[in-house]
Amino acid sequence: MKLAASIVLDGVAYSMVLFMMSIGLAMTMGLMRVVNMAHVCFAMIGGYLTATLPRLLGLGFEASVVLALAATALVALPIERFLIRRYYRRPPLDQMLVTIGLIFLFVATADLLFGATTVTMPLPSYMSGTVDLGFRLVPTHRLYVIALGAIVSLLLWFAVERSSFGLRVRAAVDNPGIAEAVGIDTMLIYGLAFSLGAVLAALGGIAGAEIMPMEPTYPERYLLVILAVVAVGGHGTLFGSFVAALLLGLVDTTAKYLLPDMSSIAFYLTMFAVLVVRPQGLFGHEH
Amino acid sequence: MSIDGEILTAGDARASGDRRRRSDLLLPEIALALSGAAAFFLFPDDLGFITQILVMCLFALSLALVLGQAGISSLGHASLFGAGAYSAGLFAMYVSSDPLLGLAAGAVGGAMVAAASGLIILRAYGATLVMLTIALAQLIAEVANKARPITGGADGLSGYEVAPILRLFPFDFYGRVGFVYALVVLIISYFLVRKIVASPFGLTSRAIRLEHRRMRALGCNVYLHLLAVFTIGGAVAGVAGALSAQTTGVVGLYSLGFGLSAAALVMLILGGVRRLPGAILGTVVYMIIQRVASTYDPAYWLYVVGFLLIGVLTILPNGLMQLVDMARLWIWGSSRG
Repeated sequence: MKLAASIVLDGVAYSMVLFMMSIGLAMTMGLMRVVNMAHVCFAMIGGYLTATLPRLLGLGFEASVVLALAATALVALPIERFLIRRYYRRPPLDQMLVTIGLIFLFVATADLLFGATTVTMPLPSYMSGTVDLGFRLVPTHRLYVIALGAIVSLLLWFAVERSSFGLRVRAAVDNPGIAEAVGIDTMLIYGLAFSLGAVLAALGGIAGAEIMPMEPTYPERYLLVILAVVAVGGHGTLFGSFVAALLLGLVDTTAKYLLPDMSSIAFYLTMFAVLVVRPQGLFGHEH
Repeated sequence: MSIDGEILTAGDARASGDRRRRSDLLLPEIALALSGAAAFFLFPDDLGFITQILVMCLFALSLALVLGQAGISSLGHASLFGAGAYSAGLFAMYVSSDPLLGLAAGAVGGAMVAAASGLIILRAYGATLVMLTIALAQLIAEVANKARPITGGADGLSGYEVAPILRLFPFDFYGRVGFVYALVVLIISYFLVRKIVASPFGLTSRAIRLEHRRMRALGCNVYLHLLAVFTIGGAVAGVAGALSAQTTGVVGLYSLGFGLSAAALVMLILGGVRRLPGAILGTVVYMIIQRVASTYDPAYWLYVVGFLLIGVLTILPNGLMQLVDMARLWIWGSSRG
């Protein structure tokens, strides 16, 4: 029982991080049908900046987070506008390759600016330490991650389902032609959605820095993980990404607890199994 | 009307028929042999490196068949290369150290993994197919990692002997025999792949790449055809892996890795994905740039390849062969009217 509770706790925390990191990619794939492999780099930017700004500029943790998120958005906007936009109509393989090229650039820059060793995230005092939940001690930080994930999911759901921006986004996903005919500026939506996705990824990177530390090989390690979540959930669905993140996060955590040697295999086997049975993902639409 | 040299319509076939007599002259193979000979005499101290270029050329050729011709988007092609490498290494260790039999073992290994993978994943298309290839390649690499007693795990497979070729030519320290061996294998494979591409089988592959629904409506069993192409491609990739195992004497997990798959794709895109010479051209350019860039500073290599990739895809989507074609057009004018 204690074991199950531990698995659920850690699994949900990991899932929240996965969700935040991959929802932007799911949106991009659903909206613009672009597979942006460099999405994982936004997580890296967020994490690196938050980890190093306190030291560099003497800022507090909270201020660094805000600055990191803003910087990520500023980086994402021109990338979408000047590069990704050219690839909306190109085959998925071309999109993947050009964004892999972007990954190389980000990795080289990270290596140049921050060095090859891992950089740890300096947490504020209220997030460090542990909390005694009775059956085990939990790092306080992990509880914050779960809370953050839940809040972000709720806010996103509200934004997508209830706001006019969300309405326009959904219209652009369902039928770009008619959406434009009705006066929705789809290009603007794409740019904003892309940046929003990047900011969310950055948030995920910051939140997940405890289990996924910042290093130049970050994209190489976690790209496939994010792709798996998006592929399993189905493109363009908020709910799909959430469920997929939970599924894969729990599978991975369970495997890590019970069969540590097999955790990668379990993870990719799940991805593989879902895609073979349902190529469009659990909640995706057939194209 | 042909799209950069491909045989797509009756008109192209007629025009290419006129060129058929020329193509029977084995011009590409002769060009390969001459370039190889030139490299042999110009760079006698770098034969090991050039042999690796030849191995990669063969690997890229296999991808050119699978992706360039049949349109199977795969970011997991290294699993076939690695399958061939491990097959050849294990064959040399436990069955026979004859290199030619080892090549056959590599071909069989690559073909079997390709056939098994293809059976499962070739019903998918587009982005889903790519993700499946990635996931499958990761799985295979993980399994190989865990199967330490067989594959050596992270330490790799080594210590197997490679006997003299045809019992006449022992591998030497300077890599001369290895180089000629790889060159001959490449030339023969190039010839065979070229014949496949020019055959009705190749035409069907191209047609499937362009219009798979229409082909299905015409009664073609698209799934089986793609499986056949994928298996043949797997055999070629397996031979490349076997060559690598034999010429370097070691097989590591990198030969199954995502990095290798991505590198092959970059080489192919760089050279030109639709044309077989593109595989050779792209590989040579990539490997040389990598060598030069890493002697200066390994970090710069990432910048170079990143910009190269973005540049080529955005400006020259048909790769460097596009430049070659433009030059040909400028020099000789269009022969297609």
